[in-house]
Amino acid sequence: MRFAQALAYRLLLAVITLVLLSIIVFAGCQVLPGDVGRAILGPLADARAVAVLNHQLGVDQPLLLQYWHWVSGMVQGNMGMSYTYRAPVGPFIGHALVNSLKLAGVAFVFVVPLGILGGVVAALRLGTWIDRAIVLSGLSATVVPEFVSGIVLIMVFSIWLHVFPLTATAPNSAGGLTQLYYLLMPAIPLFMIIFGYIARMARAGMVEALASDYTRTAVLKGLTYRQVIWRHVLRNALLPTITVVAVQSGYLIGGLVVVETLFNYHGIGGLIFAAAKAKDFPMLAAGILVIGLTYIVANLVADMLYSALNPRISFGRRE
Amino acid sequence: MSTALTPDVEAAPVPPNAPSLDTPDVIRRQRLGLLLRSPSFVIGAVILIFWIVMAIAGPFIAPYGSNDTDLLNTLTPPSGDHWFGTDQYGRDVLSRVIVGSRDILIVAPLATLLGTIVGTFLGLLTGYARGLTDDVVSRIMEAFLALPLLIIAMLVITALGISNTTVIIVIGLSFGLVIARTVRAAVLSERDLDYVAAANLRGENPLYIMTVEILPNVLPPILVEATVRLGYAIFTVASLSFLGLGIQPPSSDWGLAISQNYGLIGGGYWWTVLFDALAIGSLVVGVNLAAEGIHGVVDA
Repeated sequence: MRFAQALAYRLLLAVITLVLLSIIVFAGCQVLPGDVGRAILGPLADARAVAVLNHQLGVDQPLLLQYWHWVSGMVQGNMGMSYTYRAPVGPFIGHALVNSLKLAGVAFVFVVPLGILGGVVAALRLGTWIDRAIVLSGLSATVVPEFVSGIVLIMVFSIWLHVFPLTATAPNSAGGLTQLYYLLMPAIPLFMIIFGYIARMARAGMVEALASDYTRTAVLKGLTYRQVIWRHVLRNALLPTITVVAVQSGYLIGGLVVVETLFNYHGIGGLIFAAAKAKDFPMLAAGILVIGLTYIVANLVADMLYSALNPRISFGRRE
Repeated sequence: MSTALTPDVEAAPVPPNAPSLDTPDVIRRQRLGLLLRSPSFVIGAVILIFWIVMAIAGPFIAPYGSNDTDLLNTLTPPSGDHWFGTDQYGRDVLSRVIVGSRDILIVAPLATLLGTIVGTFLGLLTGYARGLTDDVVSRIMEAFLALPLLIIAMLVITALGISNTTVIIVIGLSFGLVIARTVRAAVLSERDLDYVAAANLRGENPLYIMTVEILPNVLPPILVEATVRLGYAIFTVASLSFLGLGIQPPSSDWGLAISQNYGLIGGGYWWTVLFDALAIGSLVVGVNLAAEGIHGVVDA
């Protein structure tokens, strides 16, 4: 298969996944609640008011038609009207997405290099207490919910030491550095969750590469330790880590809901949560679809990057 | 790896069709011995058992009733009378933390059980049937897995209303999809083995082959997956409770308690949330340590 063919095939799969995802989200937001008007107005509302609202929202039309309107709107960039704000959903999503990307970006900038470093050091010191400490702390950090570590962080750094502010939202006029300062502590719970995964993957890749024949060959032909590690081991060892980073970028967004709620930050997670509480289904649907899309694209990019970097998957160009 | 250099001396004398000396019973006992020598399993199991005892006998161990209010002693810091202090209604935090283990230890294991059953069934079906069934189910799984579990749960719970049953069903079904992938992979490597072919030749029906022949052989990976999932289930139930979408009052559930009280830490009343946070932390770390230990032994 040629590269372009492989790309086209994966794009096709991604599109199928996206279509199925849109059906799931639509079902969750339009079909599951049953009577949307009743869900918004509450059990005590007048039946006529519910019917009028349902008609205004267009939810009394056949489901297939509703789905078509919704999807075609989405494709054209029209994400619908928010029930809560009586305004187009799009700008809210865009603004929140930028905020979330800032927060996630801060976490990623630290976690990718440190996670890889942790895994590599653990593998190079395999079986020692350093290895065990990294593996154990990685495992523990990964499994503790974000709001638990977040609470402890707030207590230690905001309440007792007064080092960081309680919220992630910087004052309006704040410059880049101040914003970064506000985002540092909220990024730590996200960092903790992802660190363990990346370190574990990097460690496993390193252990495998260190035990391989090509490493033995490199050592036996007299290369220095530094050369063996940098030129031969690391390159092969870190490939699987790319996939983990991509998968985690999707996972991260689930964590954003909790972290943004805890630190009172206006990102996509907080927006979805607020929409869910207010039963603002168009906002909820658009937000969730955007998250799914982010995950699918991240996986696609990782897939292609993995193929491009791995000489063993050559798409037949060298035939 | 080293196969080329050293012949496998231990395996050589046993003829290929001789009855194995390791009966399932012996293997089981060996594995149990290995488990008890795995430090991560032992530490994890001790923590887990501690919380299970608290969940069962909590009300008898707790020094006060978990919902007994004492409005003259609200928000008192930890002291001899109240080791973990009291909350804004004067309720004893220690008692609430002890009894608070109960709901999460009911909801999370039930969700895991449901997920394991659904996942085993789906995995057997997709792995054994292959073809169109496999393709269709796999695509749908993929689409579901593109969303973080917490988001799916939020969507479904918002749509259907908050209740423990909804939480169990949504987490269970989502886990079913994930576990199905593991089971499917295991079934794929089993279904071409001789014993399956033999059963086919005997004229057994597919259901019999799946459940009686293949299932016992894929149980170990299912067990490992289930223990790992239990950790995630606790993680997710706690997070949902923190968001107000999980376990509801009057439960003294830990996640719920943190969501109700975290506004108080700004005023310095740290004891109303710290102990709940530590409880959740210890439970998830304990479950995952135990899972790690089981994983190590089953894989060995």
